[in-house]
Amino acid sequence: MSEKIKNFLAGARAEIPLLIGVFPFGMIYGALALNAGLSKAAAQGMSATVFAGSAQFITAQLVHENTPGFVIVLTIAVVNLRHMLYSASLAPYIASLSTRWKALLSYLLTDEAYAPTIIHYEKQGITPYAHWFWLGAGFTLWFNWQVSTALGIFLGTAIPESWSLDFALPLTFIAMVVPVLKNQPAIAAALSAGVVALIAYSLPYRLGLILAALVGIAAGTLLEGRKSSGRMLSPKGML
Amino acid sequence: MNIWLVMLLGGLITFLIRFSFIYLFGRFEIPETIRKALHYVPPAVLSAIVFPELFLRDGTLNVSLENTSLLAGLVAILVAWFTKNTLITIIAGMVALFLLQFFL
Repeated sequence: MSEKIKNFLAGARAEIPLLIGVFPFGMIYGALALNAGLSKAAAQGMSATVFAGSAQFITAQLVHENTPGFVIVLTIAVVNLRHMLYSASLAPYIASLSTRWKALLSYLLTDEAYAPTIIHYEKQGITPYAHWFWLGAGFTLWFNWQVSTALGIFLGTAIPESWSLDFALPLTFIAMVVPVLKNQPAIAAALSAGVVALIAYSLPYRLGLILAALVGIAAGTLLEGRKSSGRMLSPKGML
Repeated sequence: MNIWLVMLLGGLITFLIRFSFIYLFGRFEIPETIRKALHYVPPAVLSAIVFPELFLRDGTLNVSLENTSLLAGLVAILVAWFTKNTLITIIAGMVALFLLQFFL
């Protein structure tokens, strides 16, 4: 077996434990996106274009509320900004690769691909085919995300409308946000953003959402700066 | 804006964010403040979406026992806190909403 394939399979294997969480999540996304009013093709298409769990759930919710397109795009950008950290963290390991490789690996750089890949690099350092590990982990996640979305869409068509499934979207967000509230700055970010979202709800184009997010981010950052100098208190972005 | 255009633009921006520092490596570093701030994006954005869903009924604040979404949401928050499990949280919240709507 060539070194490339060996690394690819090692990456795929490292991804398997993460799939236990990802697969049902993809199915829930597929079913809820349909329920929120997206067409089957759009629900599936978003898993290929945006390819980022939390941003996709949020987009479905915003489409459901008839939010203007530019606010949705802006929100996707804010939600996915954290990927800059992953990009910066993995950049030194693939500095010598071609731009085409860098672009492909960037497309596959989700939370769940980042985690095993950075662990692999930190353990093994840069080996000639280490980027095949990243490709293996990323592709395995990508493939399962597409399949689970499709399954969710399929199941979603079978769920009767009277079940008021639209409440499942905010519930999904609650399930994502609560475990992140591990320290005071994170709690302050959540509470201040929530309160501003209520006060600013009537702003046009649902810009209150963006305003609330910015206030929350600022509150968390300021509080962390005051509480500690240098010590990392931040929650790990596991979305 | 057409939903497909939204998705393509959203996808393009997401890709550019992921590509950013891989492409810029050696030319630019993330300032420390931004690095810190990025950790607070998830709690801030998610709460900004959840709060109006729970507290507002037809655009006005409703903090009462009649607001079944708020009560069911509080149940979900407790369940999420103790289980840290997405699926269980969703099911608990949906069951709570169903029961509250039925009994209240």
